[in-house]
Amino acid sequence: MHKDTGGITSNLLGGLCSCLRRCIFGILSMGPVPNHIAFIMDGNRRFAKKRNLAEGVGHKAGFSSLMSILRYCYELGVKYVTVYAFSIDNFKRKPKEVQSLMELMREKIEELLQDESIINEYGVKLHFIGNLQLLAEPVRISMEKAMKVTAHNKQRVMLVCVAYSSSDEIVHAIKESCKEMWNEVQNSKGATVSNGTIGQLDRSLKRNGIQVNAQDSCKDCTGQDSNGSTDRSGEAETSSCCGMVEIAEEGKHGQGKLPAIKLTDVEKNMYMSVAPDPDILIRTSGEARLSNFLLWQTSTCPLYSPAALWPEIGLRHLIWAVLNFQRHHFYLEKKKKQF
Amino acid sequence: MDLKYPARKFSRSLLTMGNVGLQLLWYFLHILLSIWYSIISIRCFIESCFITCGVLEKYKSLNTGKLRYLAIVIESEDAHQTSKVVKLLQWLDSIGVKNICLYDMNGVLKKSKEAIFGKLRNAKPIEEVNEAVTLHVPDHMTLEFVSYADGKEAMVKAANFIFVENLKRQNFGGEIDGQVMSESLLNEALKVVGCKGPEPDLLLVYGPVRSHLGFPAWRIRYTEIVHMGSLNFMRYGSLIKAIYNFTKVHQNYGT
Repeated sequence: MHKDTGGITSNLLGGLCSCLRRCIFGILSMGPVPNHIAFIMDGNRRFAKKRNLAEGVGHKAGFSSLMSILRYCYELGVKYVTVYAFSIDNFKRKPKEVQSLMELMREKIEELLQDESIINEYGVKLHFIGNLQLLAEPVRISMEKAMKVTAHNKQRVMLVCVAYSSSDEIVHAIKESCKEMWNEVQNSKGATVSNGTIGQLDRSLKRNGIQVNAQDSCKDCTGQDSNGSTDRSGEAETSSCCGMVEIAEEGKHGQGKLPAIKLTDVEKNMYMSVAPDPDILIRTSGEARLSNFLLWQTSTCPLYSPAALWPEIGLRHLIWAVLNFQRHHFYLEKKKKQF
Repeated sequence: MDLKYPARKFSRSLLTMGNVGLQLLWYFLHILLSIWYSIISIRCFIESCFITCGVLEKYKSLNTGKLRYLAIVIESEDAHQTSKVVKLLQWLDSIGVKNICLYDMNGVLKKSKEAIFGKLRNAKPIEEVNEAVTLHVPDHMTLEFVSYADGKEAMVKAANFIFVENLKRQNFGGEIDGQVMSESLLNEALKVVGCKGPEPDLLLVYGPVRSHLGFPAWRIRYTEIVHMGSLNFMRYGSLIKAIYNFTKVHQNYGT
């Protein structure tokens, strides 16, 4: 009898909280709602230590927090949620800890693919972002399976960064851009590239290198005077830039068309090109650094560092982050147009 | 039939009233937020005065040894105020922070370079210095001026440089060697295209929002990012506090 009453009370309370939450989200929706929020889930181990628990328990508590935050974000109307689950630097941890983390990830991925999970409730497409080749095969296979199973979902997107670091992402993007450029050069020439064309590109590059400072200040002048009236893609094309335009033009007039790698080529090959840039980045446990996470994508992204540890993160932190985002939205949109 | 139209009109009026109500509540929330930030500003101002006057003991002895390279991001519209920038640099010089990178998105600071060097007693540009970060404390300031063009666009220049070098190494035949591409190679390429500055330990943002505004991504992997507010309201005490808090930070670097 008591158990039933307890159960009913907790159900009622849960229902009331959910109602209140929807009201608050209704109010927040009157302003701009972020399209993409990124989280650095820091503090699981400290949480376990603080409460004298085993380390693995901290990570499990972290996963529960992740599910709650994901639900709140999707209820609010945020389409993309990115989480930093495992960095390439984290491989330096004790092998036992790394293995248990991998096992936890694999277990939770299987759980997420169940019928009643949040993935199916909100039609979430899963992406696992990072150098997945660094992961053990069982984990990698489960991730590839999860991506395949959820590929048809269109309503919401969840990006999980595993074996990820921004520097690795940039290196990978440049490597892929070079490969594409090589193929393009091969295809356009139909034969191996001649000495003359390479010498020409080399000279253009060197000449461009000498002119770097003068060109940059000219471009900065243009950037300032344009009043941000050009749209973002136009800005990227014209501003990427002094040297690249020159090389391409040299190529056109020279022995053959030798195109150059552009900013759009590099950005297209980033792991995170499947989502727009984040609107807010939240790092828990009060740390004020990015730790090699989304460095390229956070140029106009406000960084919020609540002191709470990741398993302690709650609705109030999300509301606070969104309110601050709304407060500075106009300024950040103006900045984005200037890039 | 006749009753449906007034019912629909009534529900539409209710919806409109509901929306207006929600919007009013939204404005009210933001007014509360602004009041909260005003209170925080006053508290910071008072704290900064105490720190400047030396009332708070813990800020008196500041060990800046850990802060080898400092970066400052300034909102481009405020960066025109060269006198304020010079004042900030003079404060940093007096605190003992000698190696500084100044960034603003539009390159306003780059254009004010000469004016800034003119007003500082002993400051050298990074191009004239062999090593920006040295073991001993230098007697002069080293200043680096950076803008948005030194971020993503410099990365693209480095990519093109790597491509051409790789082609030459491959003797124009075969596949691009994927193994050759690495972080250290990219570092070298960035130095060749003119991006010599080291990674800053601390990045102070003087602007309305805590955001790095396009500071070269490659250089801020483990950099502490601290928001200082607008350059118009910069305070010596807040600067001391930011540097003091930095000296207390402990990083795991992922381990």
